[in-house]
Amino acid sequence: MTLLKHHLFWPSAALATLVVVNVIANPNFAKITMRDGDLYGNPVTILRESAPLMLVALGMTLVIATRGIDLSVGAVMAVSGAVSLTIIADAPDPGSLGIVVTAIATAVLVALVLGAWNGFLVSVLGIQPIIATLVLMLAGRGVALLITGGAITTVTSAPYKFISNGYLILLPVAFFIWVAVVAVVALIERRTALGMLTEAVGINPEASRLAGVRSRGIIWGAYIASGVLAGVAGIINASNTMAADSNNAGYLIELYAILAVVLGGTSLMGGKFSIAGTVIGVLTVTTLDKTIQFFGVPPAQSPVFFAVVVVIVVLVQSPRVHQWGRSLSRRRSGHGPGDAGGEPAAASATPTRQEVSA
Amino acid sequence: MSATVVDAPAPTAMDRVRTFSARRASVLPTLAAIVILVILLIGAQAEFGNFLSPRNLSALLLDHAYLMVLAVGMTFVIVTGGIDLSVGSVMAFTGILGSSMLASGTPVWIVIPVMLAGGAAIGTLIGVLVQYFNVQPFIASLAGLFLGRGLAYVVSLSSIRVENEPILWLQQTRFLIGDWYITPTGIIALAVVAAGAVIMALTRFGRTVYAIGGSEQSARLMGLSVARTKVLVYVISGLCGGLAGLLLTAYSGAGYPRNGIGTELDVIACVVIGGTLLTGGRGYVLGSMIGVFVFATINTIISFMGAEQSWTHIIIGALLLLFIVVQRAIVARSDRRT
Amino acid sequence: MPCQDDPVDEAQALVQLDGATVRFGAFTALDAVDFRMFPGEVHSLMGENGAGKSTLIKAITGALALDAGVLRIGGVERHFAGPRDAQDAGVSTVYQEVDLLENLSVAENVFLGREPRRLGLIDHGAMRRDAAAVLEGLGLDIDPASMLGRHSLAVQQLVAIARAISTDVRVLVLDEPTSSLDLDEVAELFRVIRELKERGVAILFVSHFLDQVYEMSDRITVLRDGRLVGEYLTTELLRIDLVKKMLGRDVADIAPREHLVEPESAVEPVISARGLTRAPGIRGADVDVAEGEVLGVAGLLGSGRTELARLLTGVDRAQAGIIRIEEREHRLDSPRRAMQLGVVYSSENRRTEGLIGDLSIEDNIVLALQAQQGALKPLSTARRRELAVSWIEALNIKPADPDRPVRTLSGGNQQKVLLARLLALSPRVIVLDEPTRGIDVGAKVEIQRLVGELADNGLSVVFISAELEEVLRVGDRVAILREGEVAETVAAASLNPDTLMALVAQPDLPEA
Repeated sequence: MTLLKHHLFWPSAALATLVVVNVIANPNFAKITMRDGDLYGNPVTILRESAPLMLVALGMTLVIATRGIDLSVGAVMAVSGAVSLTIIADAPDPGSLGIVVTAIATAVLVALVLGAWNGFLVSVLGIQPIIATLVLMLAGRGVALLITGGAITTVTSAPYKFISNGYLILLPVAFFIWVAVVAVVALIERRTALGMLTEAVGINPEASRLAGVRSRGIIWGAYIASGVLAGVAGIINASNTMAADSNNAGYLIELYAILAVVLGGTSLMGGKFSIAGTVIGVLTVTTLDKTIQFFGVPPAQSPVFFAVVVVIVVLVQSPRVHQWGRSLSRRRSGHGPGDAGGEPAAASATPTRQEVSA
Repeated sequence: MSATVVDAPAPTAMDRVRTFSARRASVLPTLAAIVILVILLIGAQAEFGNFLSPRNLSALLLDHAYLMVLAVGMTFVIVTGGIDLSVGSVMAFTGILGSSMLASGTPVWIVIPVMLAGGAAIGTLIGVLVQYFNVQPFIASLAGLFLGRGLAYVVSLSSIRVENEPILWLQQTRFLIGDWYITPTGIIALAVVAAGAVIMALTRFGRTVYAIGGSEQSARLMGLSVARTKVLVYVISGLCGGLAGLLLTAYSGAGYPRNGIGTELDVIACVVIGGTLLTGGRGYVLGSMIGVFVFATINTIISFMGAEQSWTHIIIGALLLLFIVVQRAIVARSDRRT
Repeated sequence: MPCQDDPVDEAQALVQLDGATVRFGAFTALDAVDFRMFPGEVHSLMGENGAGKSTLIKAITGALALDAGVLRIGGVERHFAGPRDAQDAGVSTVYQEVDLLENLSVAENVFLGREPRRLGLIDHGAMRRDAAAVLEGLGLDIDPASMLGRHSLAVQQLVAIARAISTDVRVLVLDEPTSSLDLDEVAELFRVIRELKERGVAILFVSHFLDQVYEMSDRITVLRDGRLVGEYLTTELLRIDLVKKMLGRDVADIAPREHLVEPESAVEPVISARGLTRAPGIRGADVDVAEGEVLGVAGLLGSGRTELARLLTGVDRAQAGIIRIEEREHRLDSPRRAMQLGVVYSSENRRTEGLIGDLSIEDNIVLALQAQQGALKPLSTARRRELAVSWIEALNIKPADPDRPVRTLSGGNQQKVLLARLLALSPRVIVLDEPTRGIDVGAKVEIQRLVGELADNGLSVVFISAELEEVLRVGDRVAILREGEVAETVAAASLNPDTLMALVAQPDLPEA
């Protein structure tokens, strides 16, 4: 297999390019300093700040693999943050470890229920994922606002703050959290047959059912996973700000997560997915965000850059651009590749028709 | 296997029902929306006593004129089976762009076309990505969303007041009919609805929109101009975004880059509640107008009650769910037929 | 009307393709093919799957552009930019799968893109009246304003033809128009074709059914592997020669399977169904299959063939009736449950209900076994490979590369992968729904032979096919389905295709 053909080649190349550009523009970008036995610097910040997006994108990868999408992750984050911080704020001793653990457990449980709700709509009622999760996306923030009584709940709680701001052996806790979660998810998907069955369900749900695959369980499970991961992301996010801001927590994160998944090479059409690709995708998105800030652009204007990135990514993946690249010499007049077979936009290098007669 | 046969002589009531259901089953969700709207209005009147006043009802349209314009554009897109997430930020972008141009003294007859063109340009970008580069509408319009929002902030990070006479005239003028009134913004919104309804029902372009939503492949094989139509629906949606930016600027007397955050969801909810199938192929512009009225009524009821505004989204979410489940049941039933 | 026996001179050709070549990447789908059609003739295009029939059709109808060669319509050189262009030049097409819009009215489906207009707006009233007139010409009595999706596939097919002939059509392409029609409807369609022929329309008729080809066509063009084999007058081409030309080799003589002498004697059925019912397709069907027996199922379209198969295998749930497997009663509420009991199903829709196109041959073969074991108990890598390799070899799957995505295989090989998946479960009963549909003749013979071998090894097989000859050749007994019931079960040895046809079509006999 050539290096160029490997499915992680382009995602990695994009990330590497981004880092190189940053380092050339400002050598301090890659500088890491040691303070009190902990590491600091841009790369470390990126690893730390990637955590919420990483968890959300991981859940999104699983959902997308089943041919779905979960738009509600940002709202679930808001709910989870609101639940945990409200519990802590209402407790007599916000600093106690027991309260924090209870708060986190409750928040994750609520997120699990929300994920299960999405999964129910999609896998049992058979509602289109984009629409099913739109319901919660719309209503979720309203629920979060009701939980916090419309205000931004702020708390002081050392153990809770530790989640996002603390350090373990040299590096931030948040970094270890996402590494652990990625490892667990990758292990479950690839060491068991869950990954293959998920891909089967994503590529052809009906054929999978007829092959005896319990697609309902697999799809439902993906949404539950996405909910739980978004819940944890919501906790990390709330721990970072120590405030339950239901309007802004996880705002647009569903879109960044989808972008990260696509950057990592997983097709939105479902089926084949790559966890390593998503990790690279998330790091790319976070690095890009930092880069934009580094160049002195107000954060509010950064969406313009992301728009450009989205356009570039989709163009690179588009079959039409592939065709331009492949055959500048030979033109297939008039209409595009989609016209012949009506096949979905699978960016494959195989010809449209390939009936090899036996 | 049996085909619906229409008996020519003396159709009975039963026959009429059958003919109606064979011809117009897709109107049912819209009828349901009308029923819900009526129940909401009657319920609100019973509860508050003064809800059905001409004043209050006139305000419904006035307050949601921009939403109605966006819903018309969104209906075109959704009927083709697409989606446009960019409308809220396009509205913000064109609004702030127009306000900023007015503030720097550009004459209004230049500003308004520029606002509309700005919306149409983003729509064109989305349409071209969708049609010529096989990008999923969801993703392409996501790029549009990012672009619109970012550009809005590029124009200005804070709000810009508008003191231009013709723009404010759009909002402040009240044409009175008894106790009822309508503003030019309301007239524009209704005109857009009317134009949208005629285009969808009575032009080849409109029928091609439905054809694409039914099956793009078939539409292409039938020789319809699929590519042009698919780009155009996003252009129309972008244009509606630009127009909504104008209406909202007139309404609030200012451009603000944070306008319309999450509005795309409200618009999609209105369109779906109005009976348009998110999978495409079925839907009505007039239905979307009903959907906007449902949304507006719920909004107003909640402010009447003095309850948290967040309830609006919870209730709209619940209504959306209800309609989605109903649509799902309808689709499942028609699937079984084949 | 031109006389078919006369050699028609070049000038008259309505459609003329010279040296038509179409490539997809490195694959040449059509290689310098010459093809012509004359006014007032029915011309059949024959060839195995992958011979280039669809490509040729698409080249004529503007859905594909030629890489080389010239297309002339009525003597004028044409370069269609799309189907619309072709329609304007008088070339209309009715595709295999009905390509109409179920969400629009019948009238719109006839006139979409050519609607009558008044003041620039569509005149729906006039359109309905015009549509009614066209439909009447086809003997179709339906409300033009009704939604197309409310009608049966057969009616939709006729509406597609109505659309095609409502224009000023000179060339009509019918790609497998009869595959979804029952006998009456085929007769109706043929009546329409003859009428059009009389009007001087050139008709390109593509069908898998040799009978229909010989009944309808005046001339036959045979393609093989993207190349032209030849053009023949139907009257001068024997069927056996036609098949030889399509295959490019002599048909392997397949001896009919040695039928079990007394299938019904004493042997306890492995699977036995009584009174199976599910509206609207199946009303009280009884089925018994013994060990080592092949039960052929024959019936017209709409008689409930596929529906019965789906009930027997848990794909659909029965509303009433019982299923006994090895004398124990079971509720088959999912394909998964049926598989656990050793009953497996191969769908007629390989691509949509069978294979996972983007996964490899290996993944596809182990899929059902893995699903049975549960997601958390994976088969080892070595075991998976061993399974895949042995099945590829046993069923002669080509290419023999376990990592190859299954979507790149030919229809016949895809069918074999699907069979391998099911056989890997070591089932007791296998229900095959149209396993040979749409695959080339060579693979077809292989699969028929395989079915026999499986039964010889003790497997119970239910074999469903629309081709009566095939049902007779493969089945020990034949269950005849009529209107959702098993009307009769007859020993295959006592039937020939004509007597079977009579049994299958019995309700229609009085009319005929």
